[in-house]
Amino acid sequence: MSRELKGWKDIPIAGVCWKPATEYLTGDWKTFKPIHDPEKCTKCLLCSLICPDSAIKWNQANEELMFDYDFCKGCGICANECPADAIKMVREGEG
Amino acid sequence: MTTTPWKFTAKEIVEKPELFTSGHRACAGCGPAIALRQIMKATRGPTIVTSATGCMEVVSTIYPYTAWKVPFIHTAFENVAANASGIEAALKVMKRKGRLEHENVDVIAFAGDGGTFDIGIQALSGAAERGHDFLYILYDNEAYMNTGIQRSGGTPHGASTTTSPAGRVIPGKPQYKKPIADIMVAHDIPYVATASISSWQDLLVKTRKGLEIEGPAFMHVFTPCPRGWRYDPSKTIEIARLGVETCIFPLWETIDGEYSLSPQSKILALKPERKKKVTEYLKMQRRFRHLFKPEFKHVIDEIQQMVDKRWNRLLKRCNMTQASQS
Repeated sequence: MSRELKGWKDIPIAGVCWKPATEYLTGDWKTFKPIHDPEKCTKCLLCSLICPDSAIKWNQANEELMFDYDFCKGCGICANECPADAIKMVREGEG
Repeated sequence: MTTTPWKFTAKEIVEKPELFTSGHRACAGCGPAIALRQIMKATRGPTIVTSATGCMEVVSTIYPYTAWKVPFIHTAFENVAANASGIEAALKVMKRKGRLEHENVDVIAFAGDGGTFDIGIQALSGAAERGHDFLYILYDNEAYMNTGIQRSGGTPHGASTTTSPAGRVIPGKPQYKKPIADIMVAHDIPYVATASISSWQDLLVKTRKGLEIEGPAFMHVFTPCPRGWRYDPSKTIEIARLGVETCIFPLWETIDGEYSLSPQSKILALKPERKKKVTEYLKMQRRFRHLFKPEFKHVIDEIQQMVDKRWNRLLKRCNMTQASQS
């Protein structure tokens, strides 16, 4: 993360936020990491719909799910809800 | 009312661009963040979002970062509905003067339970009475979570919060939850609905209906909070589903004051044996754990009675009768 600061003349008036939140990576919050098993996956896309952090993305071209570990906070909702049991949570650094 | 044909399939929704992006700083397993993400996927065109102070405002716009891809205006705790009224009135004038590029711009107001049940109700009531065309979304996590779990008008009976702590004498919050959606129905507005993050399709369809209807629309969304309700973050959707299955949070909608049950709750009215006991919902959350001590057992019975009473009242309003139970 860059540390450069803006001067008062460069800051937008009225406290308008100017940076997209996607520059702030929340992935390092997690303790557990979801591991996806494409063999078991039925591609129902439920995990992608219920992820609070939009961290499970659908690749239209390849028709496959991509887990974005830069933003995944490791809550485990996807693993808990997966109807096909295709996602399991492992401790970060072990999987 | 402009009705465009729409149906929501999982693939279609997943392929839609994110208007509430990743990188927001909500807790892991946040229920309201799921609701906001899904609601923003149901928008039909240019949308302006305004939000009261609350969890979702705090986590999504931490200076200088913003998680919103739509115009977003933060306002004080009490006046999100007034703010939405102002936006809608300004859009109307701009349209009349021919200065609006778009044919239609939707206005969505987000507020938490504190900003709706307690602090924001006068602004909401006023905006509903004046008949502004906007959709008001209440994401209900049942306490003031971002300031440290203080009780609100939306906190259920028996829940332990930092300002209604469970002790040896008092079993958590002594009062019952305010029936806010019924209060909004009494304002005689065209559309009121309750939704839960456990059924995404229902939530999206109701959002779109609320946006398409001319005049004020109100939606009460049930969004569990792992931090304040004290459960494992992975159980968010499971608890939201149990809330519906135990009839603690039934799903229904009213169009012009006519009540109708949504499929997830209708099945419980038709097959009462599928309705679960409230203990199943209560035992998953540590904010209710004191209720399982022998001295507070009666509180669980009180909760069950109240849930049944409100459920039967709802069935009567929907012209359905509960087949005899147990």
